[in-house]
Amino acid sequence: MMSKDNGIIHVVGPEKGLSLPGMTIVCGDSHTSTHGAMGAVAFGIGTSEVEMVMASQCILQQKPKSMRININGQLGKGVTAKDVALYLMAQLTTSGATGYFVEYAGDVITALSMEGRLTLCNLSIEMGARGGFIAPDETTFAYLKGREYVPKGEAWDKAVAYWKTLKSGDDAVFDRELTFDAADIEPRITYGTNPGMGIGITERIPEQGGTSNPGFQRALDYMGFKPGQKLLGTKVDYVFLGACTNGRIEDFRAFASIVEGRRKADSVVAWLVPGSWAVDLQIREEGLDKILQAAGFEIRQPGCSACLAMNDDKIPAGKLAVSTSNRNFEGRQGPGARTILASPLTAAAAAVTGVITDPRELV
Amino acid sequence: MKQKFDIITSTCVPLPLENVDTDQIIPARFLKATTREESFFGDNLFRDWRYRPDGTPNKDFVLNDPAYSGCILVAGKNFGSGSSREHAAWAIAGYGFRVVISSFFADIHKNNELNNFVLPVQVSEDFLAELFASIKADAKTQVTVDLPAQTVTNLATGRSEQFEINGYKKHCLMNGLDDIDFLVQNQIKTELWEQQNK
Repeated sequence: MMSKDNGIIHVVGPEKGLSLPGMTIVCGDSHTSTHGAMGAVAFGIGTSEVEMVMASQCILQQKPKSMRININGQLGKGVTAKDVALYLMAQLTTSGATGYFVEYAGDVITALSMEGRLTLCNLSIEMGARGGFIAPDETTFAYLKGREYVPKGEAWDKAVAYWKTLKSGDDAVFDRELTFDAADIEPRITYGTNPGMGIGITERIPEQGGTSNPGFQRALDYMGFKPGQKLLGTKVDYVFLGACTNGRIEDFRAFASIVEGRRKADSVVAWLVPGSWAVDLQIREEGLDKILQAAGFEIRQPGCSACLAMNDDKIPAGKLAVSTSNRNFEGRQGPGARTILASPLTAAAAAVTGVITDPRELV
Repeated sequence: MKQKFDIITSTCVPLPLENVDTDQIIPARFLKATTREESFFGDNLFRDWRYRPDGTPNKDFVLNDPAYSGCILVAGKNFGSGSSREHAAWAIAGYGFRVVISSFFADIHKNNELNNFVLPVQVSEDFLAELFASIKADAKTQVTVDLPAQTVTNLATGRSEQFEINGYKKHCLMNGLDDIDFLVQNQIKTELWEQQNK
């Protein structure tokens, strides 16, 4: 457990250089889509399919439909890859990309760091897509170079030459193609019980539904919110930074950038959980641990922690958590727990103010 | 459980909610179980909707309503979204359901159902709405699912629809085979092909 190689597979695979462009990667977890950020075909499977792969190194699949999502322009201050993903989920709904593999492209994607790309591809399944993919480029190669399991020397040059061919042709046609403008994306939060039920942080919960949409009303009843309500200023009980979505070094840098020189609100319980021991080590090497400790935060042992209530890290019933994880389903973080999904910046802003706060006021 | 599937006629259990995710079907705290005991997962199907925090049955949940029974679950759009946990399909099968009818299924869960001899039947929004109405009007409404013909029929109204299924999975279901069984059945052919294509 204490091995320096230990951690969440979707964090460890890329950071060890085990997940490489052009690979086919399957795993018994829906967030396997994460590895698509490396330019791999990566998707989650069930236990029986795992058995098939173990037995035969093969897996039978129907060819998925293809979708390309272009995000052009430049992300504003305080807007992260997580906000892009939350925006897309709200636009497409949780089933809008079911049956598709998604390629992400456009200015915003080109400019994203590897960590940001991993976050974005990680959340493909929350739009229903089994896989998300980003064509490998110089950012990918720079990230991979020198990592433990990547080819070295001549083999590296050969690999990079091949990886550069792994992109859609200029004349590629997709079953569905969508284009969004980065200027329309502000820091995002969810208000309901699926990741598609989200709003810009300054927006109000929609009025939609009422009695004609029992799922909508049911979700708001569970969350204790009302149609048309603004969530800015709402009291927060827990803050969770971590998971395969936002447990990487860049996420801890982002969180630290907000809490530096500030103090954790006394009313907030904060769990900061690196995605791997390698991330934990880097946090200490960069001195982020000192910044976090000075602000009243402690770093917990790496793992999935409060993302899915599988161990003792559960949010108590009725408590409101701002989480950087991936799902806000009923009871996901513990029976009766209420989850608001957000970026590390938004989580940090909530942690120091004790209420839902626009991180742009603090960056 | 491996069983051959052909034609099933049954009453239905209605769950008219959309986006039922696999965390609801079986919460994560049950994933650490090392058993494949059908009853364990079946007993915990929809655990947190079915039971109150103190462990007593939630009388308002459909599985606790004696008016509804049968081996067909009828659910709202986008059934089985979220986690890839196959335990969700084990719980559905373990409870005794053999068919799930919805107007849309999440990809991974749909495969998991097929790999556990539960048939996901995707119907039109219209068909689903009418079926919910039929069940509401009469809890004893029966539905026939004919896998060989790929038809589903609401016996209360007589309305029938075709449904899609992957040909390979249809063969497996009709013959009670899982993927490994199919592979082993074709071992000689596979070895021959490998020899010829060395």
